[in-house]
Amino acid sequence: MALMRYAEALNAALREEMQADPSVFLFGEDIGRYGGVFKVSKGLMDEFGETRVRDTPISEQALTAMAVTAAMTGTRPVLEIMYADFVPLALDALVNQASIYNYIWNGQVEIPLVLRTQGGGGAGAGAQHSKSLDSMLAHIPGIKVVAPATPADAKGMLKAAIRDSQPVVFLEHKLLYNMRGDVPDGDIIVPLGKAATVREGTDISLFASSRMVVEATRAAELLVEDGVSAEVIDLRSLRPLDIGAIVASITKTHHAVVVNEGWRFCGYAAELSASIMDHAFDELDAPVARVTLPDMPIPYSEPLETAMLPNAAKIRAAALATLK
Amino acid sequence: MKNTPSVDEHLEIYRRMLLVRHLEEGLGALHKEGRTRGPIHRCDGQEAVGVAATAVLEPDDKVTTTHRGHAVYIGKGMAMRPVIAEIFGRATGACAGRAGHMLIADADKGVIGGNAIVGASIPAAAGMALSMQVLGRKGVALCVFGDGAAQTGICHEAMNMAGLWKLPMVFVLEHNGFGLTVPSEVQSAVPDLSVRAAGYAMPAEIVDGNDAVAVYRAVGAMVERARRGEGPGLVECKTYRVEGFSTSDMGGYQKPEDIAAWKARDPLRISRAALLADGVPEERLAALETAAREEVDAAFTAALSDPFPAFTPDAACNPYSEAH
Repeated sequence: MALMRYAEALNAALREEMQADPSVFLFGEDIGRYGGVFKVSKGLMDEFGETRVRDTPISEQALTAMAVTAAMTGTRPVLEIMYADFVPLALDALVNQASIYNYIWNGQVEIPLVLRTQGGGGAGAGAQHSKSLDSMLAHIPGIKVVAPATPADAKGMLKAAIRDSQPVVFLEHKLLYNMRGDVPDGDIIVPLGKAATVREGTDISLFASSRMVVEATRAAELLVEDGVSAEVIDLRSLRPLDIGAIVASITKTHHAVVVNEGWRFCGYAAELSASIMDHAFDELDAPVARVTLPDMPIPYSEPLETAMLPNAAKIRAAALATLK
Repeated sequence: MKNTPSVDEHLEIYRRMLLVRHLEEGLGALHKEGRTRGPIHRCDGQEAVGVAATAVLEPDDKVTTTHRGHAVYIGKGMAMRPVIAEIFGRATGACAGRAGHMLIADADKGVIGGNAIVGASIPAAAGMALSMQVLGRKGVALCVFGDGAAQTGICHEAMNMAGLWKLPMVFVLEHNGFGLTVPSEVQSAVPDLSVRAAGYAMPAEIVDGNDAVAVYRAVGAMVERARRGEGPGLVECKTYRVEGFSTSDMGGYQKPEDIAAWKARDPLRISRAALLADGVPEERLAALETAAREEVDAAFTAALSDPFPAFTPDAACNPYSEAH
């Protein structure tokens, strides 16, 4: 066990997978000499050379399309898109290419592609560098979308994603990179599609992913003051969704708050609410509550941005309203 | 002359062009009878590009093509029956009826594959070339794309990276004069799109796209160069779309005199004359022509009597199933 930052855990996962498999290679903007804007690929160009760790032009559309076909023809590319806000530039490669080929070509190709990106607000990065687009990405059948919240999961899930035979969008969060946590030694693999219970509780279930797990956990601590025992479930994987873990928690608590840093309308929280109704309607004692971003662009100024983002206080308030 | 096809190689190109021509004519007739489904994009008169360009490739080389890809499918070695069965949505189709005529792939033959997003076949080949470079393989990736696709941003992004990294790939620009129903001179600031290659440090050549030998020579030279590690090249093949954009095209925008002039320079006619001039006996050509027609007729008959696929949840092609 070692105490590691989230970014260091990702770096370790990349290093170990590149050491183990010569077909793994990295490319993306700023990732080589500079080591990545968030230092995730620090030192890897020195260790693995410029063929396997490649600085690229600012060309997200072609890079993502190239990653898809590189993955189909013998390599395991890990592409970094610097900000999730730039993923829309590359959507054709996900919507019309990566997500369809395995099925429409009747299993002739596998696409072991990992698209790493980071999203989320809270750093004052403005409307084009702060979005969480997990809802949009999880909408597309044929790709997996995962969002680890801890350094241990960051390492174990990135290793699992690189070994996966199908495209995985790996969502990181800019405010998590410096977060420290214990990471088990050795070749840890955290299977994709499995949620984790962060904190057990009996009165209400709080479902979250990525940095919202931190806020949900803080909310659960605050709810103790209200005499409420909240269970916190880290979804970890947005698609496929571990509906079994969700239903098991609701069967215990009969109340749910879903938290998502994306927008409310047609968003991931709406899907989660509907999924809970599909699978556990009879277990619910109250409607599912949603804590999301309001449907508007993310402003720059600190008080404006802070007021907009979901946080522990908002989650606590939603939980108390649901329990009333 | 270097890279000139032998008489036998030219005969095989001629035979495959005949197969494609009969395929297109058969599809046209069946469309009139209302027996085709969705738009069909014929390449009558453009067979020399797809067939001769792919004739220079090795079996392990990869090719991507456009939504007008029949000549590339057959040129790279796919058999008639799985292509026709795919177009008619049959279980015996190359992709079990899941792809349709625009998206056919045969990974074993290196056809991966047709692409119906204009421009998307270009980075697709670049990604395959990238994986070959990372793995140190000697293969070449070739993309066939049209003058319409040459106007997309992704074309420029892919060409830049191909030139920058000396990717082993060849850009084959099938300039047929139209993007949708709009003539090239209304879409492009320059008439010869090959001038763009200079911007990406690539050599380029313009050839008569209706002359299979000219296409073979030029593409062959670029493929050899790419295989030696000297980087990408561009061949602009000037041809003409004598049929409409697709079977839904009502026409009326092409000048009759242009169609007549290009039909007089039909690639089948040009190859036939060249083969006769090379001393191939008339009887041998006639026998080859009869055999080609019979082969296509038999393939249509067989494919049209093949069964339709049944819809079943397919665990192997569901990325969220336990199979992955």
